[in-house]
Amino acid sequence: MLEATVSILFLGLAYAMILYIISVGLSVTMGLMGFVNLAHGVFAMAGGYITVTLMNRYGVPFGVALLLAFIAVAFLGVVLERSLYARLYGAGELEQVLFTIGLVFMAVAIVRKLWGPLPQPITLPAALSGQINLGFRTFPTYRSFLIAFSLTLTVLLWLGIERTNFGARLRAAVDNRRMAESLGINTSRLFTLSFALGSGLAALGGGLGADILALYPGYAMEYLVYFLMVVAVGGLGSIRGPFVAALLLGIGDTACKYLVPQLGAFFIYLAMIGLLLWRPAGLFGRA
Amino acid sequence: MTTVLETVGLAKQFGGLVVANNIDFRLDAGARHALIGPNGAGKTTFVNLITGRLSPSAGRILLNGGDITALRQEERVRRGLGRTFQINTLFKGLSVLENVCLAIGEHAGLGGQMFRLVGTRRSVVAQAFALLERLGIPDDAGRLVKELPYGKQRLVEIAIALGLDPSVLLLDEPAAGVPSAENRVILDVIAQLPASVAVLIIEHDMELVFRFAQRITVLVQGAILMEGTPAEIAADARVREVYLGERHHD
Amino acid sequence: MAGASPVEQFIRAHRLRLIELLPWIVAVLDYFAFGDYLPLGSQILIMILFALSLDLVLGYAGIVTLGHAAFFGAGAYAAGIYSVHVSGEPLSGLLVGALAAAVVGLVSGAVILRTTGLTLLMLTLAITSLLSAAANDAGFITGGNDGLQGVAISPILGMFDFDMFGRTAYLYCLAVLFVAWLFVRRLVHSPFGRSLVGIRENVVRMNAIGAPVRRRLLTVYTISAALAGVAGGLLTQTTQFVGLTVLSFERSGAIVIMLVLGGVGRLYGAFVGATLYMIAQDQLAEMDPIFWDFWIGLLLVLIVLFARGGILGLADQVLLLIRRRR
Repeated sequence: MLEATVSILFLGLAYAMILYIISVGLSVTMGLMGFVNLAHGVFAMAGGYITVTLMNRYGVPFGVALLLAFIAVAFLGVVLERSLYARLYGAGELEQVLFTIGLVFMAVAIVRKLWGPLPQPITLPAALSGQINLGFRTFPTYRSFLIAFSLTLTVLLWLGIERTNFGARLRAAVDNRRMAESLGINTSRLFTLSFALGSGLAALGGGLGADILALYPGYAMEYLVYFLMVVAVGGLGSIRGPFVAALLLGIGDTACKYLVPQLGAFFIYLAMIGLLLWRPAGLFGRA
Repeated sequence: MTTVLETVGLAKQFGGLVVANNIDFRLDAGARHALIGPNGAGKTTFVNLITGRLSPSAGRILLNGGDITALRQEERVRRGLGRTFQINTLFKGLSVLENVCLAIGEHAGLGGQMFRLVGTRRSVVAQAFALLERLGIPDDAGRLVKELPYGKQRLVEIAIALGLDPSVLLLDEPAAGVPSAENRVILDVIAQLPASVAVLIIEHDMELVFRFAQRITVLVQGAILMEGTPAEIAADARVREVYLGERHHD
Repeated sequence: MAGASPVEQFIRAHRLRLIELLPWIVAVLDYFAFGDYLPLGSQILIMILFALSLDLVLGYAGIVTLGHAAFFGAGAYAAGIYSVHVSGEPLSGLLVGALAAAVVGLVSGAVILRTTGLTLLMLTLAITSLLSAAANDAGFITGGNDGLQGVAISPILGMFDFDMFGRTAYLYCLAVLFVAWLFVRRLVHSPFGRSLVGIRENVVRMNAIGAPVRRRLLTVYTISAALAGVAGGLLTQTTQFVGLTVLSFERSGAIVIMLVLGGVGRLYGAFVGATLYMIAQDQLAEMDPIFWDFWIGLLLVLIVLFARGGILGLADQVLLLIRRRR
């Protein structure tokens, strides 16, 4: 029993970390600009595909591939934001939804054409595969690495938001954009930067989590519900809220799949719906 | 004089911020009452509390003797409360006529009918058109609201409120945003409001206030500073102090 | 009509215009002219009905939803299960489908219509995912991943048997769509329908004129769900099959696209959009099924950037230009 609980917590935590890394950028951009971006999953998908392709086809080492994916997708994010998204900031919700769904469709088709419909095979770096012995029991090395790396990244992110100038300006703008602008904060540049960061993080999450969230063309659509749930339950614009939401979703989903496999997904959706009804603005959102 | 609207100890706070502070207010039948005060005094908040857009932290609201504090917005409207907004809150994509028809239809309890056709409610349409004639804008009946100049939109805003046949009418800065050349029409409309309707008007335009009001209440930082006839208010030193630097020259 | 006063124009707005008969003329002609394509024709009619139901919610009431497949699927499965376990009678099957979908609509609407924006959108997705997971798990009733087997439909009214060429199916769908259209048309021209437009245009104002907004939204949501359920039931009955795809996100997305393509909030956008989409899909998807998604995505992006009113919106603009030139 304890065995199973520890396994569930461990695997759930790894899953949660990936969900968080991918979704935190979405929370910030939606909270900052009020823009419904359903295409966020595309960045994660792109990051995953770039990482895996660099490793498999060009023999690029894991760490370098991740870094390149981060940079490439962050850049892609900037280009997209400046050229297309910026036109729709004042537009209605339906327009934003349709537009970003359209982007998802296009991306999915391109990916399917270039890489085929099957999931991408991932070969984990030798140093990170196998088991690691933590004394009382052994854990898969890669998942352990994932948890450690993601937690470090999260802490860095939180410190960055709390301690840096950029973070302070970001928090101010999320809280009250008009006020921030009247204080001289260039919110549109702020947004572009945070959009780039968010997209890059999503790419990182996609690459790191290729083991957990399988990379196939339907990625951007199938996992969209999860990313949106993490953001909605966590609270738009919040950095910590999605962390808690990701934990709930990640561990909860893993637990359900383990304990009640016939009904796994059903309970998670029910729980998330319940949470959203209890707190429509999210656990850490502003009502 | 019968009291049609009354608030008893009405209060509202957001965390530590008090926006309405123990307000005791009475509005009599057929009143012409103005609510004035510096920016941020909480005048619109007060109106929002009365109409139900905001729920109070404490106190009660009574309409025609009945306690409406716990009632939802739509219930209060049905009991005879009508309001206009400081910024035009209209159905911009619909015609002027339809804007008013919607209000009259809801008031008549016909808003939810599914199997009648809108065009066959002749009385509703006739009433709406008559209202537009009274306000001097019958020629704009077929035009979309968004095509009208701001001043005329303001008149539509009043028309909608009147279409509800209210016993209490709350006008939130009816002349706000209207160039003074077009002000005239709005002032005339307000002057000709039926005597049966009790009117509370929020305004910054002192000329309008002193021409229109029989009683004036001064609100400062969410609390009533003083209440009285126009002459009493104009003579009061405290009021002049509060308005120092805010006097309007017309 | 040009010379009529605005009051008269308003009173006569609901009068049937000749052009509104066009879709029916086309549908009847199609029956005689395109005998080989009747199964596709039936599918188009079903999608039109589905899109019409969505228009009530999205176009008129302004509720942005990506989860309308929940009602379509609920109706499809209900009608299917009814035919397998109770009776193959088609009309009662449609009724069962409508009721099941209406219940789903009523319960989910009561719960989620309190929210707005992203939260609401999220919840519509979650509700559909929930139903899809339920359908997958309850394999003993629904057939799970393989789909429901053994759907057999009896002749309509005891007389009209479903034939191999899809003739009966086509006329059946046409008749149901016609009745639904009469109903929806009446609804949108009614005070109720106009109040939905009011809610969409300015909900603050609707509240301030005493309209029971939440009740109206819940009502239209339930009615719309019932109609979507009928469409789902028709699909089951005409294809003798129900699979998990009726509850998929793709299904919800496709119907939104069809409606937007035609033009939201104008009743006939559903007719134009669904027809064009289904025909294009039939023709082009065969040529390059992978890239069909790409073109659809591009179409959406272009519509949002340049033609928000869809095809009918563009038609309006063209007509306006022509009138100005005169």
